[in-house]
Amino acid sequence: MGYIAVRGGEKAIENSIQFLEHKRSAGGSPPVSISQIRDQLHFLVDRVMGEGSLYAPDLAALAIKQSAGDAFEAAFMVRAYRATLERLAYSIPSETRDMRICRRISAAFQEIPGGQILGPSSDYTLRLLDFSLCNEMKGEVKDTWLQFLKETGLRDEIPETLPKIVDMLRRQNLVATRERSAGLKPAITDITRDAIQFPSDRSATLQTMARGETGGMLALAYSNMRGYGTAHPTIGEIRTGWIPVFVQHPFTAKRVEAGQIPVTEAEIISKINADSKDPKFEIGYGLCFGNNEIKAISMATLDAAMQNGESRYPSEDQEFVLTHIDGIEAMGFANHFKLPHYVTFQSELDMLRSSRKKIEKKAENMQPDRENNHDSQL
Amino acid sequence: MTANYNYAFIDESTKKEIRRKILKAIAIPGYQVPFGSRELPIARGWGTGGLQITLSIIGEQDTFKVIDQGSDDSVNAVNIRKFIAQTTSVRFTTDTAQATLIQTRHRIPEEKLNEGQVLILQVPIPEPLRLIEHSETGTRRMHAEADYSGMWLYLYENIIRYGETTIGAGYPVMVNGRHMMSPSPIPRWDVPKLNMAEALFLFGAGREKRIYAIPPHTRVVPIEFEDFPFRAEDFRGHECASCKSTDTFLNEIVDSGSGMKKWFCSDSSFCEKRQMQKRQDV
Repeated sequence: MGYIAVRGGEKAIENSIQFLEHKRSAGGSPPVSISQIRDQLHFLVDRVMGEGSLYAPDLAALAIKQSAGDAFEAAFMVRAYRATLERLAYSIPSETRDMRICRRISAAFQEIPGGQILGPSSDYTLRLLDFSLCNEMKGEVKDTWLQFLKETGLRDEIPETLPKIVDMLRRQNLVATRERSAGLKPAITDITRDAIQFPSDRSATLQTMARGETGGMLALAYSNMRGYGTAHPTIGEIRTGWIPVFVQHPFTAKRVEAGQIPVTEAEIISKINADSKDPKFEIGYGLCFGNNEIKAISMATLDAAMQNGESRYPSEDQEFVLTHIDGIEAMGFANHFKLPHYVTFQSELDMLRSSRKKIEKKAENMQPDRENNHDSQL
Repeated sequence: MTANYNYAFIDESTKKEIRRKILKAIAIPGYQVPFGSRELPIARGWGTGGLQITLSIIGEQDTFKVIDQGSDDSVNAVNIRKFIAQTTSVRFTTDTAQATLIQTRHRIPEEKLNEGQVLILQVPIPEPLRLIEHSETGTRRMHAEADYSGMWLYLYENIIRYGETTIGAGYPVMVNGRHMMSPSPIPRWDVPKLNMAEALFLFGAGREKRIYAIPPHTRVVPIEFEDFPFRAEDFRGHECASCKSTDTFLNEIVDSGSGMKKWFCSDSSFCEKRQMQKRQDV
């Protein structure tokens, strides 16, 4: 009896979970440590923190370990953990002009004040498998790096702050001013406390994208870049580095630095705006945790694309973009179709059978009618 | 694991906020109230909306029942029961009559619910008008203006084309004569149970971030035409192979051995109760 197998589901489910846990260690290799993941899989950690919407490198690394490297699952665990935390305070807005820079480039101008600082990037690598890594020894990279520094004598200090490329254009009055959320009460929307409403204000738009799924955002941004849209991005500036997070002390009301977080920021210069009397460039803005340039560029592109009043393409439609880029929501919903749908499907079956019966009956009724008409014509 | 988490998982200020939204939903029957939906350790689409309602109102004195497609023992129900067990200390039951809180996916129990009971329904797509209008801005305007003509037209066109409304589960209803509402993907069989009920119905859509409600003694009417009345699923000529019921929602099962089609109650705990009664009667 097939149906009886459904009873006892609880035990089968328990076994499935055990099996999954077993798979993670079944290979017999030594367990990976949290610090190994945090240090050596730092791009993945950054991505999980961003999509999980919580700055916590160790927890993200733990989630990556527990999910055996499934980035969706890991971000999901972090996001669920986040839901248990009280909202204690809002930080004071940070100024990315004060970023402690690791990397900073512009594609708009060859010479920029402060210079192009390449920093660490995979942009300039050949994507050849490096077989020497198969048997990498402890400290090997560190030694090579120290040797490299010694030989090249690269010891240039990076200035505390660097001017923004977009500011240069702004001073020349070539950039459209964006609506600011200030003046509203509260000054910013908090999408983790209130459901997003459309048309959404800019703070809600940027927050939603900051926790969006990298791949999903890239797909939408790419569609715009490729021709289903008009953003035509030029990268004004990309910078990665550390920004301080300030909060107001609850008792002394003084500004206190709570710590520093690594971020990637992208500012793209987009098409000339629609105002024919006062033509200007529009700026698209992207910011995310850690080192994730693809996400920052995608976010900035979508930000620019959504400024179009009338949306001709999916990537320009605010509601379309913002309701479909959340990885945790999308993966959950796609997965839920695996749940039993016996009852709903039974209901659909009933509907289809009834519909077919009625159409058949109608066809039967039509048949003699036609013959009758034929007869009468004769 | 439990040590690091608050009672019923989410923090108290969030619970308060969700309870306020529930009160608003009860005050405007059938209206979808937006809320700041939180992520839970259970995936979006797996009942996080219903679960947030449950977690916000569950207390030590409650007796809790979870069902998934009528069964207390199906994947989703097992997951949710396990989670509630880990984060609260409530009692569990499979008996509908014993439960104070019932969280359910896609079914309303066969047994009549009474005053004081709360049924929490998990909702994948809260918007009944999504069938005809993809944009949220558009559907909110339609609700505000009580403009449901598109939906009537949709129904009419389907009847002309297919001889049927073609809406299987999740059949749209009018609540209190004002708001069109999706009853969640319950079968049409369950829809009449919402009308003038004794119990409170709460609906939670986690991914779509909406809460709505049907308070007790509220008029709930499935949309229908005078000459094309609403029709529940038809099980005439079938009975449950276990309890012989002819008045319950049945699932058809193809027996893997004989290849024969058989019918069983979808509400498994009700079916067991009936079987027990039958045995006692004998």
